[in-house]
Amino acid sequence: MTAEEIFNLLKEKFGDSILEMVTDVPTEPIISVEPLKINLITQFLRDSDELQFNSLMNLSGVDDNNVQKVKNEDGSFSSTDGTLSVYYHLDSLELKHKITLKVSTNRNNPEVESVTDIWHSANWHEREAFDMFGIKFNNHPDLTRILMPYDWKGFPLRKDYENPEFYEGMKIPY
Amino acid sequence: MGLLDKEFNDSNIVIAKMEDVMNWARLSSLWQLSFGLACCAIEMMAASASNYDFDRFGVMPRPTPRQADVIIISGTVTLKMATRIKRLYEQMPDPKYIISMGSCANTGGPYWEHGYHVLKGIDRIIPVDVYVPGCPPRPEALFEGLLKLQEKIRTETIRTKNKKTA
Repeated sequence: MTAEEIFNLLKEKFGDSILEMVTDVPTEPIISVEPLKINLITQFLRDSDELQFNSLMNLSGVDDNNVQKVKNEDGSFSSTDGTLSVYYHLDSLELKHKITLKVSTNRNNPEVESVTDIWHSANWHEREAFDMFGIKFNNHPDLTRILMPYDWKGFPLRKDYENPEFYEGMKIPY
Repeated sequence: MGLLDKEFNDSNIVIAKMEDVMNWARLSSLWQLSFGLACCAIEMMAASASNYDFDRFGVMPRPTPRQADVIIISGTVTLKMATRIKRLYEQMPDPKYIISMGSCANTGGPYWEHGYHVLKGIDRIIPVDVYVPGCPPRPEALFEGLLKLQEKIRTETIRTKNKKTA
């Protein structure tokens, strides 16, 4: 199936939860969807006979780096919230087609539905996205840090991350 | 004349300084803690294997800190690992020695600036005896480091040993 056909099929099935498709990218076209519907959409993508996306090749978090400073009427500045995104690279080994899904969520309260029930391989990928970006995956069976120490403060791959001076008495900067 | 002119017929006495004998014994059988961290550990394993044969210097891996004399920090030390290394080091009995192997263990290596998770030099948590530069150092370089450590042990005295901190 081509990306357009997949997009139209999803649009027909899920309506407003499917936001847009971007095709001028060097990889597979990217379909943006609602973060709190991703579990239903991916369930459909996996189980539908026409699609059969039986493999989650990769899942990664991204900081979109789109926090903007806005000048208020009284001359003071405030900043927009900005977004964090999660990309899902799907592959159908049966039908040999691929697609990329993207969800964007508010960086102050990033919430995305977990897809571990659909692909078990998502478990550690989601934990990594949580570890590095603080994206909360609802209904994840064990959403704990996977790489950093459990008591680490902050999310290292966020653009506004600042490394602490010390960790357990050890100086961190060079 | 010397000690050997009696050709071991009578009961023999060897006269030596206690320190010399102790140092000789220590430097001749340095058991390393069997412990590796990153790519440097691959070179360390190559040094232990038959081509290079670390055992000819009396070095052999010991999988428990309680029976090890030297710990070779062979690779990148993350902050998460650093707390474990400190505990391993504290479990080793005195006298104990540390070889810091490779750029990462020495100074943080390529992670020195942006490595938010890397300890910038193992000497920030435990006292290092010998630094081996390289990324990773070849087995010959590790041997050089070991020989330097042996040299260091050879000059130890009981007095300075007591003064050694940590």
